[in-house]
Amino acid sequence: MSLQRNECVYAVCTLLRFDDDTIMPEKLKCSLCDKEATVHLTQIIQNKIHKVDLCEACAQNKGVTDPEGFALADLLQTANFNVVPETTSGAGTCCPECGYETADFQRTGRLGCAACYTTFEAQLGSVLEDMHTGLRHVGKVPSMALQRQSSVVTLRQLEKALAKAITEEAYEEAATLRDQIHTLQTDKPGQQEITTLYD
Amino acid sequence: MIEALLQSSAAELTQNRKKAVPVVLSTRIRLARNLSTAPFPGRATSAQRSDVLAKCKSMIGQLKEMKGGYFFDSKALSDLEKQTLVERHLISRELCEGTPGSGVYIRKDQSCSVMINEEDHLRIQILKSGFSLKSAWRQVDAFDTNLEQILDVAFSPEHGYLTACPTNLGTGLRASVMMHLPGLAISGQMERVVRAVNQLGIAVRGLFGEGSDATGHIFQISNQQTLGESEDEILSRLGNVLKTIIDHEFNARYKYLEENRSQLFDQIGRAYGLLQSVHIITSNEAMNLLSLVRLAVDFGLLPETSRGLVDRLFIECQPGHVQLAARQDIAPEQRDIVRASNLRAEFSSLDPLSFDNIVNSS
Repeated sequence: MSLQRNECVYAVCTLLRFDDDTIMPEKLKCSLCDKEATVHLTQIIQNKIHKVDLCEACAQNKGVTDPEGFALADLLQTANFNVVPETTSGAGTCCPECGYETADFQRTGRLGCAACYTTFEAQLGSVLEDMHTGLRHVGKVPSMALQRQSSVVTLRQLEKALAKAITEEAYEEAATLRDQIHTLQTDKPGQQEITTLYD
Repeated sequence: MIEALLQSSAAELTQNRKKAVPVVLSTRIRLARNLSTAPFPGRATSAQRSDVLAKCKSMIGQLKEMKGGYFFDSKALSDLEKQTLVERHLISRELCEGTPGSGVYIRKDQSCSVMINEEDHLRIQILKSGFSLKSAWRQVDAFDTNLEQILDVAFSPEHGYLTACPTNLGTGLRASVMMHLPGLAISGQMERVVRAVNQLGIAVRGLFGEGSDATGHIFQISNQQTLGESEDEILSRLGNVLKTIIDHEFNARYKYLEENRSQLFDQIGRAYGLLQSVHIITSNEAMNLLSLVRLAVDFGLLPETSRGLVDRLFIECQPGHVQLAARQDIAPEQRDIVRASNLRAEFSSLDPLSFDNIVNSS
């Protein structure tokens, strides 16, 4: 036994390199950028085959060519190559808030905005199942922010109702609504005005 | 720009001599958070990113925890400064490569940093010397709660905190503990450990995360799953795994000492001697030698107080730190000369190794 630099194999994987085009019948694209892939990896995790194709530069970047420091599992975990099912009923779905499409999600493994979680719910189910211990959040809840958000919604509803009451000349109702708005506004000292950046 | 931060005499990781303990170098917990009002950074337009940056910067600056802290806009930092901050684990490599409109807020004592517009709008991190999952969680939880008073975060009752990458969904919590495992590494047991903990949903990486190697026998061990378990459950599961690894590490060290005493002493002695006299040294070699010196402290061959010095040198012998401290653009070969001279200076005043003080069991 000698005190040499530790050589630790993180994951069992095969690393194949094809420099000669004739070996690979069809040219594959890199899973990260769209360049031609020259490094092809296969790993079996929990009886599922995961394949990743990378170009030379991305392979270098991700440490794939350095057998000491590379874990394909990490790559799969962080970028979710091929983890997002390619053929789902939700193909062609587009997020109404940010315009993200199913293809974007498949390509990047990331979502565009908070609303994407609702938009791509169908595709997300199996992805989350593979990734996490459970499918429902158990843990910290931002109660203060939620309470504030819901009071903003209430405020907007009240303001709408007030405008309607005024147009309809229902002054008694308008007075009640105005009081309610006043109470809501004064009860929340230090409340920040919520501006949405979507506009 | 970052000189004040580097010269600080109260930095958590480099100046904390008292809390340095065997095996565990540092504990980090980070929370991924997004504002409910803008697309995630990867999808946002540059105008939206600038808005988020300006808004978050001003909100974070208001928090009492950040009083006297440092804010850096990514575009104002040079590549070298960014690398130096990565070496201190205050920012991520992703933030360095990131698109414009990102930045970082760093607490005065460098035990907390908040990256803005990295993969998520906010990455809140607490960084503690030694093994302290509980106290790191308490601090990051309190910070997050304070921030939540003034910022609206993206959250759904079903999925929890919404993040750009579904791997962080739910709690958005990633706890990483930096471990010094020469016993397991030298005795060839790391592969087995990695495989065993992987099955428990725990990841093992090198010093600088994904794709980095295990120089200096340093491994970063962290939870993988973030959804379906509460923060306490995640941390206690990780904590239990880490305690088991610590036990195994001590067993491996003492077994190695028992079976290969002369070899071990020889390697430690050579490492110590080299660090006192070397004139050209790469950061990899320096890390591996420092690892043996840290092991010597744990075995009682050097006073306990030397452990903090080793921990500081682990960081200061990194390329960015050496280059920045040299205050000029120097070539890699010259960097190795400067690094060697710094190490010689530090080791000239270190106590001699006392092999008679060896602690024979844990």
